[in-house]
Amino acid sequence: MQILGLAPWLVGFPLAGALILLVGGRRLDSWGHWLGVLASTASFGAGLALLLDLLAQPTADRVHVYSLGTWIEAGSFTLDAAFRIDPLSLTFVLLVTFVGTLIHIYSVAYMAHDKSRRRFFGYLNLFVASMLLLVLADSYVLLFVGWEGVGLASFLLIGFWDHKIENAVAGKKAFVMNRVGDMGLITAMMLMIWQFGSLSFDDVLSGAPGLQQGAATAIGLMLLLAACGKSAQFPLQAWLGDAMAGPTPVSALIHAATMVTAGVYLLVRSAPILEAAPTAQLVVVIVGAITLLFGAIVGCAKDDIKKALAASTMSQIGYMMLAAGLGPIGYAFAIFHLVTHGFFKAGLFLGAGSVMHAMDDSVDMRRFGGLMKALPWTAATMGLGWLAILGVPPFSGFWSKDKIIEAAFVGEGWRPWVFGLVALIGAGITAFYMSRLFFMTFAGRRRWPVKDGREVTPHESPALMLWPMIILAVGSVALGFVLQLGGGFTTWLEPVTGHVEHHEPVLAVPVIMTLTLVLVALGIWLAFRQYAMSAVPVEAPRSTVLVRAARQDLYQDPVNEGVVMLPGQVLTRTLVYADRAAVDAGFMSLATGVKKAADGLRQAQNGFVRTYAATSLGGLLVVAAIVWALAG
Amino acid sequence: MNFPWLTVLIVWPLVAALATVLTGRGRSGATGGAGHARTVALGGSLVEVALAVGAFLAFDTARAGEHQLLETHQWIPSIGASYAVGVDGVALLLVGLSVGLVPLVILAAWKEQAGDHVRLRKYLAIVLVLQSFMVAVFAARDVFLFYVLFEAMLIPVYFLIGAFGQGAQRRYAAVKFLMFSLAGGLIMLLAVIGLYFQVPAADRGPQTFLTENLAGMDLGTTAGRLLFCGFFVAFAIKAPLVPVHTWLPNVAENSTPGTSTLLIAVLDKVGTFGMLTLCLPLFPEASRWAAPVIVVLGVISILYGAILAIGQSDLLRLIGYTSVSHFGFIILGIFTFTSMGTAGASFMMLNHGISTAALFLIAGFVIARHPERSQRIADYGGVRLTAPILGGTFLIAGLSTAALPGLANFVSELLLFLGVFSAVQWAAIVAVPVVVLAAVYVLLTYQRIFTGTVPAALAADGKIPDLDARERTVAGVLVAVMLLLGFVPGLGLRYVHAPAATTIEQVEVSDPPPVLGAASSDAAAALSTVGSKEVAL
Repeated sequence: MQILGLAPWLVGFPLAGALILLVGGRRLDSWGHWLGVLASTASFGAGLALLLDLLAQPTADRVHVYSLGTWIEAGSFTLDAAFRIDPLSLTFVLLVTFVGTLIHIYSVAYMAHDKSRRRFFGYLNLFVASMLLLVLADSYVLLFVGWEGVGLASFLLIGFWDHKIENAVAGKKAFVMNRVGDMGLITAMMLMIWQFGSLSFDDVLSGAPGLQQGAATAIGLMLLLAACGKSAQFPLQAWLGDAMAGPTPVSALIHAATMVTAGVYLLVRSAPILEAAPTAQLVVVIVGAITLLFGAIVGCAKDDIKKALAASTMSQIGYMMLAAGLGPIGYAFAIFHLVTHGFFKAGLFLGAGSVMHAMDDSVDMRRFGGLMKALPWTAATMGLGWLAILGVPPFSGFWSKDKIIEAAFVGEGWRPWVFGLVALIGAGITAFYMSRLFFMTFAGRRRWPVKDGREVTPHESPALMLWPMIILAVGSVALGFVLQLGGGFTTWLEPVTGHVEHHEPVLAVPVIMTLTLVLVALGIWLAFRQYAMSAVPVEAPRSTVLVRAARQDLYQDPVNEGVVMLPGQVLTRTLVYADRAAVDAGFMSLATGVKKAADGLRQAQNGFVRTYAATSLGGLLVVAAIVWALAG
Repeated sequence: MNFPWLTVLIVWPLVAALATVLTGRGRSGATGGAGHARTVALGGSLVEVALAVGAFLAFDTARAGEHQLLETHQWIPSIGASYAVGVDGVALLLVGLSVGLVPLVILAAWKEQAGDHVRLRKYLAIVLVLQSFMVAVFAARDVFLFYVLFEAMLIPVYFLIGAFGQGAQRRYAAVKFLMFSLAGGLIMLLAVIGLYFQVPAADRGPQTFLTENLAGMDLGTTAGRLLFCGFFVAFAIKAPLVPVHTWLPNVAENSTPGTSTLLIAVLDKVGTFGMLTLCLPLFPEASRWAAPVIVVLGVISILYGAILAIGQSDLLRLIGYTSVSHFGFIILGIFTFTSMGTAGASFMMLNHGISTAALFLIAGFVIARHPERSQRIADYGGVRLTAPILGGTFLIAGLSTAALPGLANFVSELLLFLGVFSAVQWAAIVAVPVVVLAAVYVLLTYQRIFTGTVPAALAADGKIPDLDARERTVAGVLVAVMLLLGFVPGLGLRYVHAPAATTIEQVEVSDPPPVLGAASSDAAAALSTVGSKEVAL
């Protein structure tokens, strides 16, 4: 059991890396990035060792808590600094450290020309440490520490090039919107303490079935609010598109593969609470369904390759949320899709970075086209990621996303029909926008940007960038198939998510599968006709109302500004004015009046004494007023 | 006879102040004299730190709920006043805060007032005298002694603001500060006198004013409530609670960052400290009676302070308003009477002190880099680009103020939320949006000062020098302490854990038990899919 002692080190390695890189200063510039890679790799190694240890144990004994002792002891509250090592946390550990290490390596080349590469790796290590703490924590408090840590890393990395004010603003927007979600997590913790008197997972989750309906619903909805902030789910989705201001490896790691899925983790981890609150579960499913359509629609209209991928991420996490809200039949598939998505979406983002690298940092897909020949490796790896996200058999997404669609069709009454159809239609739209992205970039005629009278000359990225892309592409192809063999992944998660008997969907499984594939084929065909066979205009055409709305993210920013920011600014200005003109002026006029009266009474010349007298009298008046108020 | 740690801690800064004034006297015009005075003052304050370490070591944390390091001597027996000092865990932490911050303030202000060495000597001496008073007021175990110190502290602060401030309106700010404080002080004086007369004549003796003697007293309901109000109003002005906070922004705007640090980060804690250690034990019934109103004012302060901070254009005023928000939180924690909330409030006094000190002092470094020492946030931009350490340390201090986990304020704010909610649900719920507001005032300020492009009026070549070794020391120490308290909160909690329980007992309230008792969770465990094995270390 000694091996469990590795758990704190998983967090410790990258945390130490971050500290050294950020405090070490310029003298580490020449080799600091390799230290960052090493720290991430060390965590991966430790995670692998824990995995092998866990696999050697019988399924029922695979949940462990490793405590470092008391962390907080204050009044009636005590909490251990404890780590939870179980199949769910280890799944995340391996996803984060494996994809994370690949992205560290990719970044060595991607950021090679940036003067601040050391700082970049410091932040990246900080992110990995925080994310691992988030998933390994054995209490909501420690989870919250990681939760805020990833938010901080995200803020720092989105605003990494903060000499451009819009990048700094995007970082701030992400952090503040996440904090709106954090209100949910803090409120959930308050409710838990009130109900259970504890915040450790064991106490809360084992006590959850005893909750009253109302309390369970409240906690469930507050956790959902938190998840919406972190995972960019409706109505807190607006920050994710802007977050693409960060360097592309950041978009791949934080804003696609790992951090944004933390909301799904939170809900699956808190499953017993949701199961005690059917209303909250329903809201989770609705939020997931809305977001998956929202993201898919926005994704169809984006010309910025990274923003199209961001919209897609939002949509795919919508699928995971939907699955998490379905209850025990959905948990394993939510996490399964989360893992496969982590691979293919990270691969797609790294591919986008490779394209940007080749195209002089341009992100405008209307200026791409015909890049297949110039960037064969990038095209091949992105192509595999594209097939994976589409859910084309036998690629990874097929095994995970189709399962979610099937699960959405399970149930009674109107729900399976509505949610099943939304999931189904979402798959078709996904096929359209992802094919659009792929064809606009790699197929058709070249529409490359012209600089100084010369067209850019795209070049394939260096090996250090290509290898991570290739490895992720292999994952996009095979991971789904391998993990589902013999129900392997669902069985692996059973100690956490529980065992579920098979449920029959309202439509027969082959029918659902056929419908899905038909819709996917249709999506590909539409995209092929419009973006591969016909010429793509360099300027976006005016188009229909819906397309224009989608280009504007369905007006999410004007809505937020009108509903939240504007009233907030008015309130702030009013209060600033009132503080001066009413509260302060009130006291000062009182003082002046008293002072005048005092001056009339006594002929003291000394300013100090005079003030004393004036204020003494003022004080007396206040006392009199209070006595009067209390007596009355 | 035990070593009189507290008296030594009170007297030593006075000795250091005298030495500072005498250093370099007569060498008019020579800047060397000024340099020596600085060194003497810094050395003196560092010796004080060493002495405080001794006091911490002599303190037994296992009995942190009791007053220790006791010294009791007759002072004015005819009115029952004694020189009685002693500290429980909370008081000791605040003594530690007073002692620890002074060397940093001296170091941070190394170049301020440097042009005129007579002035500099005075400034340093006043800071040291103030330190003596601060230590004494936290250590006082006699209500009369406490009152005298409470008033005496005003004089050095008055001069620090009015004579050594930077703002154009420093005299106005100083008088305003004095006016508010004296008004509060007068009310408290009335209460102190009233308290004396509440003691039955037969029981009056040379130690009537000892806190422990007064605490057990059976006051009539009306008398108790009136006296409570007297003390509370004085403390609420000091702490400051909305609506009697309006002196604070003027002071923050017109003082040097060092003065603001001493005043707002340390000295104003006397207000919340007084509520905790005088109002609650002396007037338990009245405290419970007044709590509903105070809870409302606390919640208003939390949100009001945060919203006003967002609306400020002056950097130092902004930091002042963030403190209004935090003081509201501390007061809310004290007057909801839970052990969690009380421990959180006590711990927050320390954490707020450190984070706010860091914000003020590092903001001072920012302002020192402007050719005209502008405090307007809009006059800055892009500072991080060439001054990354300045930007990083400011951000850490700001995030600590916003209670980001891993930094000082987090654990205390969490305990406050949890404690307050378990007793008064609506108050915690209404206060929750402060986590968003705090993120806005910190990050908006950071964005405006440190990101984007550098305005030409700030630096024509766009280059702003980063922190030098002296400034790095100040910022580095504070950042290290914030991280330490964030990751190892036990360092501070061990001093406030036991006193919190004592306080709750004194107000005769017990913690609300969790809604679901142990019985239901046992039954639930059988249903749950989650099981785990505890692993021994």
